[in-house]
Amino acid sequence: MREIDVSFVSTAVKGLFLKANTSIGQDVYNALVTALEKIEESPVGRRVLEQIIKNHDAARATGMPICQDTGMAVVFADIGQDVHFTGGDLVQAVNSGVEQAYSEGFFRRSLVRDPLFDRTNTGTNTPAVIHTRIVRGERVHILITPKGFGSENMSAVKFLTPAQGPEGVRDFIMDTVKAAGPNPCPPTIIGVGVGGTMELAAIMAKRGTLYTVGRRNPDAKYGALELEILEAVNNTGIGPGGLGGRVTCLDVHIDFAPGHIAGTPVAVNICCHAARHAEITL
Amino acid sequence: MTGPRMMSTPLSAETALSLKSGEAVLISGDIFTGRDAAHRKLDDCIREGRPLPFDIRGQVIYYVGPSPAPPGKVIGSAGPTTSGRMDPFTPALLDLGLKGMIGKGTRSEAVVQSMVRNGAVYFGAVGGAAALIARSIIQADTVAWPELGPEAVFRLTVKDFPAIVVIDAFGNDLYRTEPPKYRRESRR
Repeated sequence: MREIDVSFVSTAVKGLFLKANTSIGQDVYNALVTALEKIEESPVGRRVLEQIIKNHDAARATGMPICQDTGMAVVFADIGQDVHFTGGDLVQAVNSGVEQAYSEGFFRRSLVRDPLFDRTNTGTNTPAVIHTRIVRGERVHILITPKGFGSENMSAVKFLTPAQGPEGVRDFIMDTVKAAGPNPCPPTIIGVGVGGTMELAAIMAKRGTLYTVGRRNPDAKYGALELEILEAVNNTGIGPGGLGGRVTCLDVHIDFAPGHIAGTPVAVNICCHAARHAEITL
Repeated sequence: MTGPRMMSTPLSAETALSLKSGEAVLISGDIFTGRDAAHRKLDDCIREGRPLPFDIRGQVIYYVGPSPAPPGKVIGSAGPTTSGRMDPFTPALLDLGLKGMIGKGTRSEAVVQSMVRNGAVYFGAVGGAAALIARSIIQADTVAWPELGPEAVFRLTVKDFPAIVVIDAFGNDLYRTEPPKYRRESRR
């Protein structure tokens, strides 16, 4: 058994949010540069891509957040079953790390305590949305994303009949993308969860938005479906910023889980081009 | 594509009518911020017959909730938010003389009709380009409702704020006209 003091988790979470909000991953950056230099035909689309890339450079140089919507804090923690946390409450430790990052980084706090009746800001950008899994071993893997809501708002869940198959999944993703139009800040990254229950599909979809650009599902059939849907999304012409063009999406990531004989939930989670995430193994 | 057109606020009726969908612009002058909570309060003012906290005639509203200003800066990152959420409140503001809006994303048919009726323009800023846009903001003063935090109404003095005319005063809408040009058939 390994003991980990929760203050160590706080420090890690703080560092991850400070990094993710101000410095885009190299995979996303490279995909944007490729889109500008090799793919985009639309003059307006190219202007938008240029600004997006310049913005990433400005954020890295100044430590200013990439987007003013520094998001809702989402934390995936895979916790080894041989780990024993000491020194306090794990959830409080994660929230403390988020709070410190948003304070020290001058990030916008975007949470209200009650969505309907008391829309008072919590003042800390907490509570974080925390997804834990117990895994083998004595390590802790933490993956975080500050999730912006321009794109989160354009996400959707639907239940398909088993007979609808991959065609049904494809049609639902395309309907979601077309309904979203310019609103989720394309070029996007689309995470899709298929199978399981409603909440499992949604969690898979969220994880899907965090995979490295260019990563393919190791199951060849799903990998091919990812590429087919990516092409179809880019053929909508929605383009960068939704102002027309050939680059609407940087990648599509589909994960699946065993499903019930009676139904197939499909969750489509859209992430904007500011696809911010960071991870660490403790 | 030619270089962007320099323009200043407030917007005269002539300037608003001369701007064409698809034109890139650099905006200089004062603009006002306002997003969800501020629009609700502006709407309350109108319905209750109270004056708005600023003279809206000829002005431009930027849909933004900036991140806090770090030391030595006038404002934090400040990119546009999704404009559609302000659609229900917008025609009434246009009827009072609002001439321009800056945001991202589509507008409702009711907003476009009101823009045409009132000779107003909708500018698109690049969503997510928030650190870059912040560089064009040289002053920020609170005008109303500081208790709303990032959702308060600020007067921003901007220099060369980069935007694109998305919907002009004649109802031409780049979100409708451009994507079909780049649409392709997909294999099935």
